Amino acid sequence: MRFGGAGRLAEFLQFFFSGLTVGAIYALVAIGFTLIYSSSDVINFAQGEFVMLGGMVTFFLAAAGVPLPAAAVLAIAIAVLVGLAMHRFAIEPARGASAVTLIIITIGASILLRGLAALVFDKNFHSLPPLLGSEPWMVGGAAVLPQSLVVLIGAGFVVASLWTFLTKSLWGKAVIATAANRLAARLVGIDTARVVGLSFAVSAAIGAFGGILITPIALTSYDVGTLLALKGFAAAMLGGIGHPLGAVVGGLVLGLLESFSAGYLSSSYKDAVAFVVILVLLFVRPQGLFGGRGVERV
Amino acid sequence: MSAFKHVTVAVFALVITGAHPAAAQIKIGSVLSVTGPASFLGDPEKKTLEMYVEAINAKGGVNGQKLQAVIYDDGGDPNNARTFMQRLIEEDKVAFLLAGTTTAATMPMIALAEEAQIPLINFAGAVQAVFPVKRWIFKTPHTDLMACEKIFADLKKRNLAKVGLMSGTDAFGKSMRDQCLTVNKKYGIEILHEETYGPRDSDMTPQLTNIKGKPGLQAVITTGFGQGPAVVTRNYRQLGITVPHYHGHGIGNKQFIDLATPAAAEGVRLPAAALLVAEKLPDSDPQKKVVLDYKKTYEGKTGQPVSTFGGHAYDGLMILTEAIARAKSTDKAKVREEIEKTKGFIGTGGVVNMSPTDHLGLDLSAFRLLEIRNGDWALVD
Repeated sequence: MRFGGAGRLAEFLQFFFSGLTVGAIYALVAIGFTLIYSSSDVINFAQGEFVMLGGMVTFFLAAAGVPLPAAAVLAIAIAVLVGLAMHRFAIEPARGASAVTLIIITIGASILLRGLAALVFDKNFHSLPPLLGSEPWMVGGAAVLPQSLVVLIGAGFVVASLWTFLTKSLWGKAVIATAANRLAARLVGIDTARVVGLSFAVSAAIGAFGGILITPIALTSYDVGTLLALKGFAAAMLGGIGHPLGAVVGGLVLGLLESFSAGYLSSSYKDAVAFVVILVLLFVRPQGLFGGRGVERV
Repeated sequence: MSAFKHVTVAVFALVITGAHPAAAQIKIGSVLSVTGPASFLGDPEKKTLEMYVEAINAKGGVNGQKLQAVIYDDGGDPNNARTFMQRLIEEDKVAFLLAGTTTAATMPMIALAEEAQIPLINFAGAVQAVFPVKRWIFKTPHTDLMACEKIFADLKKRNLAKVGLMSGTDAFGKSMRDQCLTVNKKYGIEILHEETYGPRDSDMTPQLTNIKGKPGLQAVITTGFGQGPAVVTRNYRQLGITVPHYHGHGIGNKQFIDLATPAAAEGVRLPAAALLVAEKLPDSDPQKKVVLDYKKTYEGKTGQPVSTFGGHAYDGLMILTEAIARAKSTDKAKVREEIEKTKGFIGTGGVVNMSPTDHLGLDLSAFRLLEIRNGDWALVD
């Protein structure tokens, strides 16, 4: 610390980078919520378990000798299968039920997946090697992890592909149609059950992809999904649920809030500070930061 | 068909033996956190108990009576722990208790065992599990107070007096922080700055940045267990903090080094049981034989690396069975008296000398100060 001003700036930058790192993690989890919500009004509380599957399956396949890129692709494939199975055997049989019932079913599925993961894998924490090395880059006296950038770029990539998928492909348009009015969509010949199934598959893939990217920073274990889903859900609500870009912004805002309150106020109350801000914001703007646009889209 | 028949017979046999235990069995009840957030503590404890009950029975049991372990899993939930403890006492009518993985789950069970007047040896970390002394309650793991004292003694030896404290907000991390604050003056240690972290947070750089910025900082102590301290250690290196870094005894397993990465963990010091450095102990060490034997047995049977937590269960079972053997009966009051008279018992946690005023029986020599060097534990003198 040479003199006060530079030290202050370095401190500020460090809090900012820390917030971006954590925020990018929340953002990647939050995006997973949007698709299933847009197609079926269901908030999938098993989304965190998809994230967990991404990290855990990749780790165990890599430990068994599968090359890392192949392990990552296989992990995403396995998560997609789990997502499809969850839709086929848990959501689809209860299709007449209300959204609340379906949400409770997803909570059940999340507990089941967590239990299975504890049995199939183990109960320890695991990590993956970071993509661009573990030596931090120094920016203005603050350290930033290369992997944070990877997570941010990953989140951007997911948002861009999701946007392309929804607006450019026929299947994507079917998802939007189903979200707008399920009965009308069925009347024009869209197989809505299949569309919802598809949204589960894609959400599982997004979750697993995110899980692989964040594991080098956040570590993974069989029960890592619970907390991630909670934070991701808060981020999605903040950004306006059902809106991919809102999820990213919500995640980053949440991460920055936590980091700045830990740095400048008190680390004991950082979660509380973040959630109070979210509560106040949702009082003023119940649809979230980007929620209004979602309605216009329809 | 015949395979099916065999299975049916086997299941039937299980049911029968389960329902009608042989008359001369000694029933030992146990409630452990085998699953849930503390599973990495409870799982090795359960495996150790099962392994050694079988071994003792194979050698003819205690006083000619076989042991029978009834083990329940509380999942880390104190409510479940209480319910299962009640079941052990009222329905299973166990003679002795070896129970309690986490401090939170142990405290309600202590009240029940005390009321039912059944000797209970628990494996909780915090000091309140045996202090103030309760007649029927004993424990085997080192306390967090001892961990603090061991760290402070080393700081004093290195002439480091101004420390930053980074504590986890979980029960274990908080309890150690509180204990450290009761004895720091005794060792002339000044706590310059305090920060906390959530045990499941993925980034602790804001807190560490604040600690790093305190002028005159000479060392940092981190309390907690699980993945939190590993992330703290990674962030510590990312920020380029160079003062010595101490941890509590909650990181005493190899996994910590893997998660924190060996490069970041280099130079980290911690108090730990002799079990972690079994092979590196000098031959003159009285604990060497015990810890090597336990390590070999555990790793051979489970294929997993040994941890200090399973060792606590081993110590508890051995103290109990030796007390039963000395009492030559299974009378609860007589066995309790014998447990209290345990002297010079060499366990994995240290040399145990109990007394009516000390139901733990370990002193500071039970802890070894270790340093992480090249991804492995090394003894610091």
